[in-house]
Amino acid sequence: MKPLTETSLRMDKREIIYRHAGAVRLTHWINALVLLVLLMSGLQIFNAHSALYFGSKSVFDDPVMSMSAVRSPDGPKGITTLFGYRFDTTGVFGLGGDAETGYQRRGFPWAVTLPGYRSLAMGRHWHFFFAWLFLINGLIYLIWSFASGHMRRDLLPSGKELGHIGGSIAEHARFRFPKGEEAKRYNVLQKLSYLIVALILLPLMLLTGLAMSPGMDAAFPVLLDIFGGRQSARTIHFISASLIVIFVAVHIFMVLVSGLWNNLRSMITGRYVIDEAEEKS
Amino acid sequence: MSGGLDRRGFLARGLAVTSAAMFGGCDGLSQQPWVRRVLAWEETLTRVAQRALLSPKALAREYSEADLSKDFKANGSINPQDPDYRALAANDFADWRLAVGGLVGAPLSLSLADLRAMPSRTQITRHDCVEGWSCIGKWKGVPLSALLERAKMKPDARYIVFYCADTLGRSTGDKYYESIGLEDAFHPQTILAYEMNDQVLTIPHGAPLRVRIERQLGYKMAKYIMRIEAVDSLDGIHGGRGGFWEDRGYAWYAGI
Repeated sequence: MKPLTETSLRMDKREIIYRHAGAVRLTHWINALVLLVLLMSGLQIFNAHSALYFGSKSVFDDPVMSMSAVRSPDGPKGITTLFGYRFDTTGVFGLGGDAETGYQRRGFPWAVTLPGYRSLAMGRHWHFFFAWLFLINGLIYLIWSFASGHMRRDLLPSGKELGHIGGSIAEHARFRFPKGEEAKRYNVLQKLSYLIVALILLPLMLLTGLAMSPGMDAAFPVLLDIFGGRQSARTIHFISASLIVIFVAVHIFMVLVSGLWNNLRSMITGRYVIDEAEEKS
Repeated sequence: MSGGLDRRGFLARGLAVTSAAMFGGCDGLSQQPWVRRVLAWEETLTRVAQRALLSPKALAREYSEADLSKDFKANGSINPQDPDYRALAANDFADWRLAVGGLVGAPLSLSLADLRAMPSRTQITRHDCVEGWSCIGKWKGVPLSALLERAKMKPDARYIVFYCADTLGRSTGDKYYESIGLEDAFHPQTILAYEMNDQVLTIPHGAPLRVRIERQLGYKMAKYIMRIEAVDSLDGIHGGRGGFWEDRGYAWYAGI
């Protein structure tokens, strides 16, 4: 009897909550698609000049980072430099292909660019079209989040939560995720990472993108001052994009390990199953 | 319940279409005329937005001598082999004439000496290439507005077209050309430069004359200019899209 009772009790205690509002779900998926297109078309644009600089101008023999193809006694090589350090990245960055099919000079592999062949013109059309979608979608999300209280209620961490951040990190490192009442809210690490992405990194992508526009620079010269020059803005655009890629990788990993279907369902239909806290069952 | 299933079916189809588009279908999509047409809306949106934000007289930032690039990159044509151009270059462009025509009341034919005798503007500006790099150079030349006023441009003119001496499309034999709207043509920093960094303009940078359009990207700034024409439409000029690179898919408005 006892096990049965416990099972039925568990069933009773399984609670389905409405986790994500329609506006969050819709803007989330639009953003996911838009960011993927922006990333891939952005790498196409990067490949047109696969080097980054700091300051207003490009000092071609002093890049912060570069990907290039060079000749060597053993045949052509792909070389990536970072702050003056050289790495052989043949086949990955700088040089693709092989002796049989022919070598290609390029930064990132064409497999991860949009289009998947060299076309700066089309890459720019994809990038700027989706940049407009990104702007509109992002504004809808931000305005809704602030107006509805989502930002304050769901994302702003309390002082108490911030005080217990060490514990939360330790729990995450052991892949132990909140259950019961605690699972109804974002935990402090989620709150901070979502806030950093939504309020810092994504707006930074837009602003550094605009700072690369000679037209916008004439309209708002302050864009150049904020980022320390057009080439700095381009480098920050790249770094910020890289941080977003890292965020997305961790985000997807956490979705996988903390209940793929429950998480996916909640972001599609809004419904999220809360399992009873272990200690009480 | 059936609503739920329909929605699930819709989501599944959406996901399938999206992933097909993302992985494998995108190259196909990039070739589709309707996709190209839709994506090209970004240019219109960007142009309208920037024209609204950008006052006609807002200047591009000007830099100091200390900021000048020591390695200003020359791009596109850097040494035209067109026989007519070689002949002019062999004579240090003493026989070169700039023709100003089209929708003007007083067509002009000006030598370099004529241009140098006109009022000039000198500016140190950043040159942003569509590829992503930037160089800073000092340019001296005649404001295009002064030339258009002297030629008595007619009110029905809407674009200024620059015809160049260099053949860049080797396979097609197309000569370089470019065009701009009147907002940029009459902008104070839009000059026809004959000097760069206090030296006579060199061949890699467009000798004897190139245009500077400081609020747009490098490909708008035609080099090796032979003829300037005021027109009311870009139809029928080469590919009809207003420029050499525009005919090859790049945006006509290059403010971003």
